[in-house]
Amino acid sequence: MAEVIWGLATSHVPSIGAAMDRGKTDDPAWKALFDGYAPARAWLAEHRPDVAVLVYNDHANGIDLDFVPTFGLGTAERYEVADEGFGRRPVPDVLGHPEFSFHLVESLVDEGFDLTVFQELAVDHGFTVPMSVWTPDPGDAWPCPVIPLLVNVIQYPQPTAARCYALGQALGRAIRSFPGDLTVGVLGTGGMSHQLAGTRAGFINPDFDAMWMEAVEKDPARLAALSREELIRQAGSEGIELIMWLVMRGAMDEQVTRVHSDYFVPASNTAAGIALFDNRTPTG
Amino acid sequence: MSTPTGAGRLDLPGTPVFDGDTSRRGFRMNKLFMSLRDAAARERFLADEAAYCREFGLTAEQEKAVLARDWQAMIDLGGSIFYVYKLAMMDGRSMQYLGGVFTGMGEDDFLAAMRAGGRRDG
Repeated sequence: MAEVIWGLATSHVPSIGAAMDRGKTDDPAWKALFDGYAPARAWLAEHRPDVAVLVYNDHANGIDLDFVPTFGLGTAERYEVADEGFGRRPVPDVLGHPEFSFHLVESLVDEGFDLTVFQELAVDHGFTVPMSVWTPDPGDAWPCPVIPLLVNVIQYPQPTAARCYALGQALGRAIRSFPGDLTVGVLGTGGMSHQLAGTRAGFINPDFDAMWMEAVEKDPARLAALSREELIRQAGSEGIELIMWLVMRGAMDEQVTRVHSDYFVPASNTAAGIALFDNRTPTG
Repeated sequence: MSTPTGAGRLDLPGTPVFDGDTSRRGFRMNKLFMSLRDAAARERFLADEAAYCREFGLTAEQEKAVLARDWQAMIDLGGSIFYVYKLAMMDGRSMQYLGGVFTGMGEDDFLAAMRAGGRRDG
């Protein structure tokens, strides 16, 4: 059977990728953010999985408003990096794992999660920035095949936090039921608190973010109980992206070990968070 | 200043909610913004912005907002911030610039507020 060995939650702000692509990670505006990634990156480099599932949302690059799938899963052999209008990021395309993808789709549909299936998908910064947070220097290829799991967080009504958490739990069961022996990493991306438009633009809520960071490890059910309105009120209209962390968390065991976490304001207009959890049973 | 709340499903002060009604109103304009990912489309847009707007079927109000770079009006008329941002990027404008517009603070003060830890309610 396949096993989830770690879960990584991280913001996917485009300027984090741009700072890396332009060699600005030592600039005073960015250094603390990237220093805060270092312990997680070192641990992840020592714990390379066979395959990863990355939960993210597209930002008008891979899909548009013609179709707004609430949840979607990629089944392609390869995912091209999208050109978002300023040239594609200088990072490798993403290799997929169709066999594992189709197993996940079948298992999730059987559990009542009727995902949209993407046989072709260009992945944008929502996907590639978390990949760069994980692996800053991928060279010609990312560390392993990665499967995109899309969540609509842009157009109301977004799925509820409870539904995202339940999807994560079903994803965990789907992973564990795969017949082959695979180690799996799961990434939940987006957040933390931020709002881009309206007179409330620039809103950041460090108290809520601190609560979220603590509870995502120890009491995710508490977060799953938050309503859409409460999330937008507390985390900002784009901070609702945090529901994607709950998909990751749901796929993990009830008890996880926190390897590292950090919090930084501002990455552009956003509070940026990272949290890495070890899902293996502690030994000794 | 208007406080767009779409169909009014959620009414949070100063917080545009991109709901189904808003998305329906902004559909054609958002498609125009999405098209600007492509360099040839940007060239064609810049050559005759009004004609490009008509080609996408924008309303007169939406066309006026796009031509005048009235960012708040674009949001009010159904623009999604992620789509509107495509036009801003084409103009070399940052999300901090847009934040300065939406809040009325101007880019420099908005940026300073973010660097000081972000803005709070109330």
